[in-house]
Amino acid sequence: MRFKAMTAIAGLLIAAGPMAFAGGADDDTLIINGEIEMISKTAAPAHLDDVFDEIVSGWHFRTDETQALEIDDFDNPAMLFVDQAIDAYDVVEGEAGESCASCHEGVENFAGLATAMPKVDADGKLVVMEDLINECRTERMQADEWKWSGNDMQSMAALISLQSRGMPMDVAIDGDAAPYWEQGKEMYYTRYGQLELSCANCHEQNYGNYIRADHLSQGQTNGFPTYRLKQAKLISKHNRFRGCIRDTRAETFAEGSDEFRALELYVASRGNGLSVETPAVRQ
Amino acid sequence: MKITMIALAAVMAAGAAQADDVAPGDVQFDEYGAVAASLSGTDGDPANGIKIMTSRAKGNCIACHEVTALQDTPFHGEVGPVLDGIGDYRSAEELRGIVANAKMTFEGSVMPAFYKTSGFIRPGNAYTGKAAKEEELTPILSAQEIEDVVAYLLTLKES
Ligand code: HEC
Ligand code: HEC
Repeated sequence: MRFKAMTAIAGLLIAAGPMAFAGGADDDTLIINGEIEMISKTAAPAHLDDVFDEIVSGWHFRTDETQALEIDDFDNPAMLFVDQAIDAYDVVEGEAGESCASCHEGVENFAGLATAMPKVDADGKLVVMEDLINECRTERMQADEWKWSGNDMQSMAALISLQSRGMPMDVAIDGDAAPYWEQGKEMYYTRYGQLELSCANCHEQNYGNYIRADHLSQGQTNGFPTYRLKQAKLISKHNRFRGCIRDTRAETFAEGSDEFRALELYVASRGNGLSVETPAVRQ
Repeated sequence: MKITMIALAAVMAAGAAQADDVAPGDVQFDEYGAVAASLSGTDGDPANGIKIMTSRAKGNCIACHEVTALQDTPFHGEVGPVLDGIGDYRSAEELRGIVANAKMTFEGSVMPAFYKTSGFIRPGNAYTGKAAKEEELTPILSAQEIEDVVAYLLTLKES
């Protein structure tokens, strides 16, 4: 409903103004390496029934040039980091004398994992991909933990998530996950900072519109870690959340905080049904 | 060099709250959100209003609004309505109220309040991501800057 109203407004703007507006999501199809057909637009999950008809990957809001970098792995600058992680996967580190490969064998065994992250672990704690990786490093390898948004961590997160590329996101939001999901939802609609803007103000009410030079998407996380051209490296979800909250002139939360774990679950659930697109390329 | 100087001058002008300004907490909004009295007691300067509307560090109004007369500055947003002709159908009092705190005119508006200093959730120290140092923030625009923006908006006439 809201989507249709917005399109109508965008139409009016085109008629009124001399500028060329790109409008909402484009109609391109996302096929990677000429063979992996991605679900980049699909019906919104049930919990978003009164908000959206359709959920859309951030890819549809980028320029043709940026889009092109993601459709072929030879052009995708993120693959350099994925290659580094492929090497790191086999490296023995830490007191226990183990590598990722010595416990998990081939990395393809992780197919499907990213579609279900974040999830509640056996202790009832909400965990994200970075937690799983660091738990292996510190407990099973007895090696140093990796920095949340550092290259080692985000490259490994990208390699593991890549094993699920094309598979639809499907995080659980009921049962043990419900209280975390509620907390994340509450945060999503909170108007933080001196500008009093919530995630929803930009990514639900205004996706498809420009805010200054930025074409607002639905703020989906299915492509993370994402290669950002501006920063020339892989960006974690929590780093992106921090940036968006900082831009409201607010005090942000820390990367790796429980608040951001909860927000990550809620945002991931808004993308349930979209293909894992990791590693995506954004401006 | 020149740009730095101009930016500095702007910061100094904004920082200086004048003695006869109406304080942010004392602004009288009527039931429709309009503000009758000038916030600074001094006439607005439309030329300075343009600078405030287009500067990212100031109003950054064009982040959300398109204004045909300001096309020299690139990248106008689409989040708010086009402001062409706004001077034809909005009075100075209405515009002052909208720029000072748009939520008094449009309930729940996405438009930020430019003359408000408290009542925020996790207010930050500008765009650092760190907590604000003071309990009362500096408003994004000063009383005079709001008058300047209002004066410029009133020049946007199509008839
Ligand atoms: C003032 C506007 C604004 C607010 C508020 C905001 N964002 Fe964003 N966000 C942006 C812009 C601009 C971009 C870059 C363009 C895009 O992808 O939408 C972005 C990008 C993102 C992306 C990357 C999407 C992709 O496909 O790569 C995510 C995820 C995101 N935001 C989540 C959030 C969350 C969660 C919140 C609230 C905590 C939030 N944003 C609040 C403006 C905002
Ligand atoms: C983050 C987005 C945003 C920013 C920044 C912003 N506005 Fe707005 N503005 C809006 C929206 C949205 C509306 C529509 C009111 C509503 O329904 O909430 C609006 C409404 C208005 C109106 C009333 C238009 C009418 O037709 O009655 C005026 C005037 C206005 N804005 C001026 C400004 C000025 C001047 C600035 C900068 C000092 C500014 N705006 C900054 C989003 C914004």
